[in-house]
Amino acid sequence: MAKVPVQFSLNGSEKAEFVDSGATLLAVLRGKAGDTSPKGGCHQGTCGACSVLIDGELRLSCLTLAETCEGAEITTTAGLAEAGVLHPLQRAFMDGFAAQCGFCTPGMLMAAKALLDRTPNPTREDVVEAISGNVCRCTGYEPIIQAILAAARANSHNAA
Amino acid sequence: MRLAKNYFADERRDDLNEIGQGRPRADVPGHVTAKTTYFADRNFPGMLHLKMVRSPHHHARIRSIDTSEAEKHPGVVRVLTAKDVPHNTYTILILIQIGPEDEHVLAEDKVRWKGEAVVAVLAETERAAQEAAAKVKVDYEVLPAVLDMEAALKPGAPLVNEHHGQNYYMYDSGACRKVRFGDVEKGFAEADHILEQTYSSSPIEQAPMETTGCIAVPDGNDRFTCYTNTQAMFFTLDNTSIILQMPGSQLHLVGGTAGGGFGGKVDVIVEPIAILAAKLTGRPVSFIYSRHEEMQISSPRAAETITIKDGVMKDGRIVARYVKGYTDAGAYSRHSPYGAQKGAAHYPGPYTIPNVWADTYCVYTNRTPSSAMRGFGVTIADFALEVQMDKLARLIGMDPLEFRFINAYRDGDMKAHRQTTEGAALIECMQEAARAANWPVAEKYFALSSHPREG
Repeated sequence: MAKVPVQFSLNGSEKAEFVDSGATLLAVLRGKAGDTSPKGGCHQGTCGACSVLIDGELRLSCLTLAETCEGAEITTTAGLAEAGVLHPLQRAFMDGFAAQCGFCTPGMLMAAKALLDRTPNPTREDVVEAISGNVCRCTGYEPIIQAILAAARANSHNAA
Repeated sequence: MRLAKNYFADERRDDLNEIGQGRPRADVPGHVTAKTTYFADRNFPGMLHLKMVRSPHHHARIRSIDTSEAEKHPGVVRVLTAKDVPHNTYTILILIQIGPEDEHVLAEDKVRWKGEAVVAVLAETERAAQEAAAKVKVDYEVLPAVLDMEAALKPGAPLVNEHHGQNYYMYDSGACRKVRFGDVEKGFAEADHILEQTYSSSPIEQAPMETTGCIAVPDGNDRFTCYTNTQAMFFTLDNTSIILQMPGSQLHLVGGTAGGGFGGKVDVIVEPIAILAAKLTGRPVSFIYSRHEEMQISSPRAAETITIKDGVMKDGRIVARYVKGYTDAGAYSRHSPYGAQKGAAHYPGPYTIPNVWADTYCVYTNRTPSSAMRGFGVTIADFALEVQMDKLARLIGMDPLEFRFINAYRDGDMKAHRQTTEGAALIECMQEAARAANWPVAEKYFALSSHPREG
């Protein structure tokens, strides 16, 4: 199968890969770039577990062709903590029991980050809308919604 | 959360200091940093991908299987059929002597449900395995199928599973699990009212976020490591040992991290064939259900049909209960004979009823085999029982909560399946619930307790 060269930045590190034409970004991140933080829950764009940020936009990596990511800046949950310091969202998910089995968590965190980057003080409705493409089967949505709101409060408190 | 210290004050140690405290989960730092390692987060050089050819029919005889085109497909390394599996006929609960072995790792002469595994294809890529699987030719003679329990139990119904010989599980107690307590006919004769209702449920898919799967890796010394998301490590180890006719010392299972399960990962389905494939190819093998397979192939909660007939007095006492329960196992036993058996013990509910007769059947149909899911055998029973309790209360014009206080079991009461009630707290829970919900309950019910009855 024809290989396509792709260069992108992953959580600030430069990556260069030869990928199969038609390979998904999810498969390339997990199988080639060594980042297994995006999860494959459905491989058909319905569960959100594979969510990543591409140039700051929330995207489903299972529906994104890797070859379309040339020059892109990709952010995943693996890059959320900076220098070992947890992001406020990670802290809030820990404190608020917002991760039970943990499989939807990386996607939830990316959806939440995309929201807070744009809307630092979201309403509950904003949060519900932001995670509406992410399925959770055991934690329950309420602790997740509360954790995202708590992270937003912690952020604005720190900024003040 | 509040610890209600007024209940069971004489039984309760006062040094409890965890209840009401928030404690972080031990695994949550791994979850939020995505460092938690699920089985599929491992990559192995030279890993093969397994895709299953599945039955498109509910019930069919296999006339022939032709894998020649699939074997020629680019990237295909090996194709497995029933004859490659050392001990192909198995049943999970044989480990606790619940036989007979009634299921095939790969189908032999027949398929008994739509989705049954027939041929396993191993290829360098998932895509090649999928394409090759589509080239396997299976010649089927379609047979009449039974798709509900009523049809399965009719005289002359097509036989679903020859290993059983009839369309229900034969317990050591006969065609059903039986509970016989008191004199149920006498109880009905005395009753002021009798209410008979039938409750039915559909299969329910557990739908975990992470689909069922495993990766089997040859260690190079005839031992195999299998990374799996099973919820039943030792069932898997022991059944794999039987199916592959390999001592457990050659099998190393690594698990404990599952992206949700809810009972759906208790069966032993993916590991034996993946380990066999790793053994026969000498390469790591990944077998992961697609979302479609997770929804259509993995065992759901069984469909159940439960008929409850109760005799009740005007004063609120239930004096007789007769139950017939049916559990749809699908085509194979898996955990359903056990689930149906649990129902038999459970049908009186948390109530003391002096006369009980319960029969529960585990029925075979040409449907997806059902198995474990959160409280299987009792959850649907509880739905039926508690709806029935509400209907009984309405029938005699009594408040549904007061009706439950009258019938609630207490310590020392003999349950219908001959276990003495111990540690009951139903009355206290209902008292607390009534207070919390401001549900109007007569004062006398607040004076009750679960302590043994007097005399």
